[in-house]
Formats: sequence, C-alpha cells, structure tokens
Amino acid sequence: MIFRWHLRLTYLFLYGPIAVLMVLSFNRSGLPTAWTGFTFDWYAKLTEADALLNAAWNTLIVAAASTLLATIIGTMLAVGAESRRKSSALDALLFAPMIIPDIVLAIGLLSFYTLVQMTLGLHSIVLSHVVFNIAFVCAVVRTRMRQIDPAMLEASRDLGASEFTTFRRVLLPNLAPGVIAGALLSFTLSVDEFIIAYFSSDNTPAATTLPMQIFSMIRFGVTPEINAMATIVMLFSFTLVLIAQRADRKAITG
Amino acid sequence: MLTRGARLAYLAPGLLWLGALLVVPCAILLVNSFFLRGVYGGIDYIWTVENYTRAADWLYLSIFLKSAKIAGLATLFAILIAYPAAWAIAQAPRRRQAALLVLVILPFWSNYLIRTYAWMVLLNREGLINEGLEAVGLIGEPLTLLNTEFAIVLGLVYNYLPFVILTIYAALARLDRSLIEASQDLGAPGWRTFLRVVLPLTLPGVAAGGVFVFVLSIGNFITPDLLGGQKIQMVGNLIYDQFLSARDWPFGAALATVLIMVMMMLLFAQAIAVNRGAGRREAREARP
Repeated sequence: MIFRWHLRLTYLFLYGPIAVLMVLSFNRSGLPTAWTGFTFDWYAKLTEADALLNAAWNTLIVAAASTLLATIIGTMLAVGAESRRKSSALDALLFAPMIIPDIVLAIGLLSFYTLVQMTLGLHSIVLSHVVFNIAFVCAVVRTRMRQIDPAMLEASRDLGASEFTTFRRVLLPNLAPGVIAGALLSFTLSVDEFIIAYFSSDNTPAATTLPMQIFSMIRFGVTPEINAMATIVMLFSFTLVLIAQRADRKAITG
Repeated sequence: MLTRGARLAYLAPGLLWLGALLVVPCAILLVNSFFLRGVYGGIDYIWTVENYTRAADWLYLSIFLKSAKIAGLATLFAILIAYPAAWAIAQAPRRRQAALLVLVILPFWSNYLIRTYAWMVLLNREGLINEGLEAVGLIGEPLTLLNTEFAIVLGLVYNYLPFVILTIYAALARLDRSLIEASQDLGAPGWRTFLRVVLPLTLPGVAAGGVFVFVLSIGNFITPDLLGGQKIQMVGNLIYDQFLSARDWPFGAALATVLIMVMMMLLFAQAIAVNRGAGRREAREARP
C-alpha cells in the first residue's frame, strides 16, 4: 500500500514539472506566478519568432540526416556484432557513446574538426550526431537480432541465397520493428541534443539548432514563448518514443 | 555463421565512423592534454605535464571533489526513491507492469534541456514552490532554491531517476519468488527477508543503476549550468569554460582526460564486482 503511494508520488515528481510548464504555456499573463486566464497567444507568437522557427527547421534537417545515416550504419553494425563471438572491445566501443560525458565528446569532436580544418555548419552537427545515434540504433537492433533463429539465416544461405538476398529477404523483415524503433529514438535524441551540436557548429543562425536557440534564450530568463515551444517539443518527443515502443516493445525499456 | 568477409562488410562502416569520430577525437584530446596553450589561444606543441600538475591544484581539485559530492548525493537519493518505486511496479499485476515501466522511462527519452528548464521555472524566487509555501504560511519570504547545490542534486535525480527505477526493476523481476516465500515460511519478518534475501540479490541492479547515475552526473554540464546558475562549478562547466572563455584547450583536454579516467575506473570496478558475484554464485551452484 505504502509502496503504491510512493509510486504515485514518483509519477507526480516525474510529470509534475512538465505539466506545470505545459499549463503555463496557456497562461495569459505569461508569468509563472499567477494564472490570469487561458490563451493561445504564445503559440501564435511562435509563428513570428523567426529565430526559433529557423532553428526548428535546422533541427529537423539535422535529425533526418543523422537518423538516416545512423539507422543504416547502426543496423549493419548490429548484424555484424551479433554474428561473431562476443568481443568485449567491440561492446565497449558500442557502449562508449552512451556513457561518455556529452561535453567530452563535444570538445573532442571540435578538436578533431579544428585539426583537419573542416568548416563547421549543419553538416558537422550531422557527423557528430551520427556517433551517438549509431550506438542507440545498434543497441535496439542487437536486442532484436538475438531473438532471431540463426537456423533461418542458415537455411537461406544453404538454399543458395546471396548474403545480400539473405539480408533483404530474411534478416531485414525480421529486424524491421527494431530498426524502426531505433530510427525513431535516434530522431528524438538528435532533436533534443544540445551540447554536442553547440560545439560542432559555427553558431551562425544557419547552423543553430532548436536546443541551441532554447539554451541561449533560457539563460536570459523565462519567456512565455519558450514555454509554448517547450510544450510542442515535449509532445513531439513523447509521441515519437511511444510509437517506437509500439514498434518494438523492448526498444525503450531494454 | 557469416563468412569473414561478409562480417567485416557489415562492421566496416560503423567501425570507421566510430573510429574517426569517437576514438580519434578522444586520442586527440589525450595528446593535446600534454601540450601548452598558445599565446593567442591556439596550441603550442611543446611536450609538458604542466596541465596535469595544474589540475591537481586545490582550486581545480576542489571542483572535482565537489562534483563527486554532488554526483554521490544524486546517486544516493535516486536509489532511495527508485527502489520502493521499482518494488511497487514489480508487485503490480503482471499485465500492468509494462505500461507502468513505459510511463517511468518516457521522460528519460525526452528533451533534457526542457526538463531542466521546468525546474528553473519551479524553483524561481517567484516560482510555484515558493508561492505555494508562502500561501500556506510556511515561509515568510521566498527561499533561494535556484542556483544552489540542492537545485543541482534535485535536477540530476529528476533526470536520471527513470533509468535507476528501470535497472532495479529488472533485478527485482529476475528474483526467484520462492526464495522470498521460503524466508517467510521460516518465520523471518518482512524487513529481515528484505535485508537478507531481496536486497543482496538485487544489489547488482542497484549498483548498475547507481554507477550510471554517478558517471552521468559527475560529467554533467547542462544541469549545473542552468540550476547552479554559473555560480556553482562542476567539472563539466570547467571544461566548457576552458574551450569557450579561457581558450585554454590543452588544459580543458587534460581535465576531460582526468574525468574519463575516473569514470573508467568506476565502470571497471563495477564490472569486476558483477563478475565476481556471478562467479561466486556459479561456484555455489556447482557444489555437490
């Protein structure tokens, strides 16, 4: 009984702050203190907030490109990693992007781009995001891969199918839920990621993503437009993650 | 089994990508950490260990220690909140457990920046918490909640709690129910069953979740920056400053190297502890 109440309070703790933010985005006064009536004004104001809209557009480009690359590369990695003896070195390499502090990966990548004298922009943010997205796609697809009966793949090969045909006709259809879930999660992560994007960018408006824009705005204080934008972003993330969970039940809880 | 060539073809793009954009950048950081800052913020290629002796200076060492303290507190509170929550989920009817877990993990996959920003709104001097406490007459004037160590710990617990609940739940779900029943049948009171049976068997799950929170907390940048208000520095902020304001990349690289070393030692220690536990269990089961 007492544990049930503790669990309810835990959910309140987890969702309360997000709910407050969402409610405030409809508050007429725009202040976090007093409720003065319902309004859609802050959402309407968003359509004029050019910097935010431009950043949102950039974010979608980065997320789409890095998801596409990471999904292909991560899925291939998962297949390769699961069809060999367990290798601790490989596992460590695939685990590293999830555990390395964002700030360390960020400065490492900036040091690399500086050394090879690459110009920074949206393209370098994409290159950087693929690094951690690969790891997440690969983890989800590997879980899926372990549930596949190897005899099925052997049968395909014994019957004379080429490796490519086996991949396309047998492996991929069975992996599909994991691949879709991995792609959705990777898209979400990329949309939300701030610090690595910040260090991989030249910080011109053309290479500013939404989290970068939101970060610079909230450092100067709370504005009602941010609450509205935050509400949209949160609902967007929740939707993608829930679809990912529907696609592959093990994707988000592991 | 795949042929050697096919396996390599599957692995190659990923290995190349991670090699070029994860391993090489880390190697560059390591090498740069042994150089000196140039006059105009570039790098002077002179070998030195000066950055490391400087990192051992009390000024910086104290920031490492404070980061470890904050991360340790966050880990402790996350476990204390997560364990009973995970227990409640594990006790729920089986078909509801999956939904309860999804509800726990959902915020974890959403925007970190916005989740932290939500606490800025709540903890503000004019925020909901201060207003609420004043309204019920508990406090006369607003408390300073934001820009404190308390706020940072709170933010870290908030952000990583879902993951700890998940790992502890996984350990509880694997638990053999008959062991609990045996303990109860033999007359052990509830707390004793918990301390002597349940807790030891779920400890690896607690440790895995705990190490994860600690490691992600100690190198965190966003939470101390937003909830500590640039007043309280953690290692992550210190590294950030070396790259953006102080323009001392080699020193920043040295700090990052030290941070990674600390993290690796912890992860390694945890892996060894888990292996040892597994080994002991196997030895016990192998006994005739």
